[in-house]
Amino acid sequence: MPVLQPETPSRQLRCCGASGCRSAGGEALLAALRTARDADAGAAAGLTIKPVGCLRLCGRGPLVACDGPEGTRLYGAVPPEHAADLLAAAREDGPDAGVARAALEPHRLDLDEPFFRLQRPVVLETCGQVDPESIDDAFAHGAYDQLRRVLAELTPKQVRDEVRRSGLRGRGGAGYPTGLKWDTVALQPPGPRTVVCNADEGDPGAFMDRSVLESDPHRLIEGMAIAAYAVGADHGYVYVRAEYPLAIERLRLALQQARRKGVLGRGIFDSEFSLAIEVRVGAGAYVCGEETALLLSIQGQRGMPRPRPPYPAQSGLWGAPTLINNVETFSAVPAILREGGDWYAAMGTEGSRGTKVFALSGAVRHTGLVEVPMGMPLRTVVEEMGGGVPDGSAVKAVQTGGPSGGCIPAEQLDTPVDYESLLSLGSMMGSGGMVVMGETTSMPVVARHFMRFSVNESCGKCVPCRAGTVQLAELLDRFVEHRAETADLERLEELCGMVRATSLCGLGQAAPNPVLSTLRWFRHEYEAALREPSHCEPPDSCTVGADGETRGYAP
Amino acid sequence: MSVVTLRVNGQEVAVPAGASLLEAARAAGVELPTLCHLEGLTPVGACRLCLVASETGGRLLPACATEAAEGMAIRTDTEELQRYRRMTVELFFAEGNHVCAFCVANGDCELQDVAVAVGMDHSRFPYRYPHRHVDASHPLFALDHHRCILCTRCVRVCDEIEGAHVWDVAQRGSECTIIAGLDEPWGAVEACTSCGKCVDVCPTGALFRKEDTTAEKHPHAERPEQLRRAREQQQWRNQ
Repeated sequence: MPVLQPETPSRQLRCCGASGCRSAGGEALLAALRTARDADAGAAAGLTIKPVGCLRLCGRGPLVACDGPEGTRLYGAVPPEHAADLLAAAREDGPDAGVARAALEPHRLDLDEPFFRLQRPVVLETCGQVDPESIDDAFAHGAYDQLRRVLAELTPKQVRDEVRRSGLRGRGGAGYPTGLKWDTVALQPPGPRTVVCNADEGDPGAFMDRSVLESDPHRLIEGMAIAAYAVGADHGYVYVRAEYPLAIERLRLALQQARRKGVLGRGIFDSEFSLAIEVRVGAGAYVCGEETALLLSIQGQRGMPRPRPPYPAQSGLWGAPTLINNVETFSAVPAILREGGDWYAAMGTEGSRGTKVFALSGAVRHTGLVEVPMGMPLRTVVEEMGGGVPDGSAVKAVQTGGPSGGCIPAEQLDTPVDYESLLSLGSMMGSGGMVVMGETTSMPVVARHFMRFSVNESCGKCVPCRAGTVQLAELLDRFVEHRAETADLERLEELCGMVRATSLCGLGQAAPNPVLSTLRWFRHEYEAALREPSHCEPPDSCTVGADGETRGYAP
Repeated sequence: MSVVTLRVNGQEVAVPAGASLLEAARAAGVELPTLCHLEGLTPVGACRLCLVASETGGRLLPACATEAAEGMAIRTDTEELQRYRRMTVELFFAEGNHVCAFCVANGDCELQDVAVAVGMDHSRFPYRYPHRHVDASHPLFALDHHRCILCTRCVRVCDEIEGAHVWDVAQRGSECTIIAGLDEPWGAVEACTSCGKCVDVCPTGALFRKEDTTAEKHPHAERPEQLRRAREQQQWRNQ
């Protein structure tokens, strides 16, 4: 099914009500549309105005999709003054439809553009179609059909086999095989188990999970419920960051509706299976996206990672075996069960099956959400779908994986997007943020930006991350401010290696990645930032930084 | 009691099942530097000094928090580990204000000992000279945050052995600080029993008795283990 186009087109206007479009005035537009409809009650009869989730091209919000028998037209950056035109255009048969369409033409977005055409919606298949605040609309779009079928027809083991067959790997960043993780939890000694959804999406430039939560929360709940059945859990938590108020509101509403309709609770769909799901809201700590810290935070303790093993699958929440997956992973499950694991595995590459949602942002013409098959060349995503840098200049690099990832240089853009290829380039898949950088971006500045992020977000438990990132950020200051010495380059590399090898959790271990990857591909920029020997001040003043702070290396 | 056998630096050792790699290393006569670890307290794996390398590769393992497994083979003193340990100690010194010459723990300080053990005679990282404070509100003891290395031994001994949980960690990253009660002056925390266990286990001069002056602190880091053994196995030191 092509992206954004409903199966059964009825006359309707779908207004994006996700955060991106809201911040661009989506709510005012929706209100204006409703006012215009009420003012013109007779003529607008039979026309539905429906708030939906993300319509993908966030950079052109607020977005409105106009459905009719002749297909779907998408309009972007629509001011509320155009509300009457939208209504007239949607009515098609009205007298001023032609005039209205002409007035809207500058806002028309071409659905045949690669940005839309190359998408392969699986996780996002009903995102932008379904009203995120209505469980009845979700039912109409097939929500909970798979849960009902699974409970009636499949054993937990059959569910796990299907997921294993799909080749799905964790979409939170590390890419651990999902089926294997489910098996590990299911096969623990008898006792209580818990499922946890990690919705603490914190990478700068990543908004995939937020969009799923805001656009289609019932898909996540269904995926979690299927997972809970598969591993034998009767309790679940969704850990959402507090910075996502709309996502939290819609998730809570969806959970309430699901309880009321009996898709959560005791004896779901007349089976033996019961499940309760609670929302836990974070308190602004990036590190709580790390699974062991996340579990402590749910338990009401300070969110700090602990050494693994034991893995949460063996000993997690309150010591019980705990399944942790992120939003996108759980949300892929209903489609996998519906179409079969083999169907999912047929998409993507040998090691990375299926599709992946990316959040495209930065120096790129089309900013927004794309879901593409794994293995698509990075160039296709960034240049064809993203449309390249707005001023037409060349792409310099693409940052993936946030503060744990790295910068992939333009000459490597033909690399297929999959877990292993990105790792081999010194970056990582991460949760799916893709920040495009143009020629004017300075790589030492980028590296320092991410290092400062890690400095601020380090939990402070282990010394390499707590103190090492501070020293790394200071070293990077020297490069950015052109007062670095040749020895600083060695120090930088040595300390990066140490922090990577000795930090306690994945965040500390990955904190040097933005430096290491920019050193690998853009080393000349660091070398160019070295202070020229001829510019060197006398030795005494060398130990005093620009801000007057002493930075000497002698004790 | 079942036993696992493993190799430490090529030498075979047998340890009871459930023992840590640190215990295995000690059984092999190998001393590993530690700061956050203390017998009798739950390991946290935070100081990263006891990291060891598996001969089969993979990530470095915190010996204190890793269970010894049958057939494991570890190295405790590779050139790489030595380098990392020295850098770790340098980072400790650079992030606080450690001035041995007039420290209460001079000569009986685990940070000092570790620095000597890893051969750290100066820090290659610039000292950060953080602005910290001293809490002298308790009638018997004081806490000098300048000397704190955030090993959390005080937090754990107070919670796990004394059962008072006076201490915890506040803030994050380099702003982390040990707090008493709900970030109150120590002397104002009614939960404190003035037992002094935190002072006994502090590896540096951060926690000390007010009566002690330069080089007069003599900690008792062995006490948590003695107390735990007494409580759990009814074994007393004077038996």
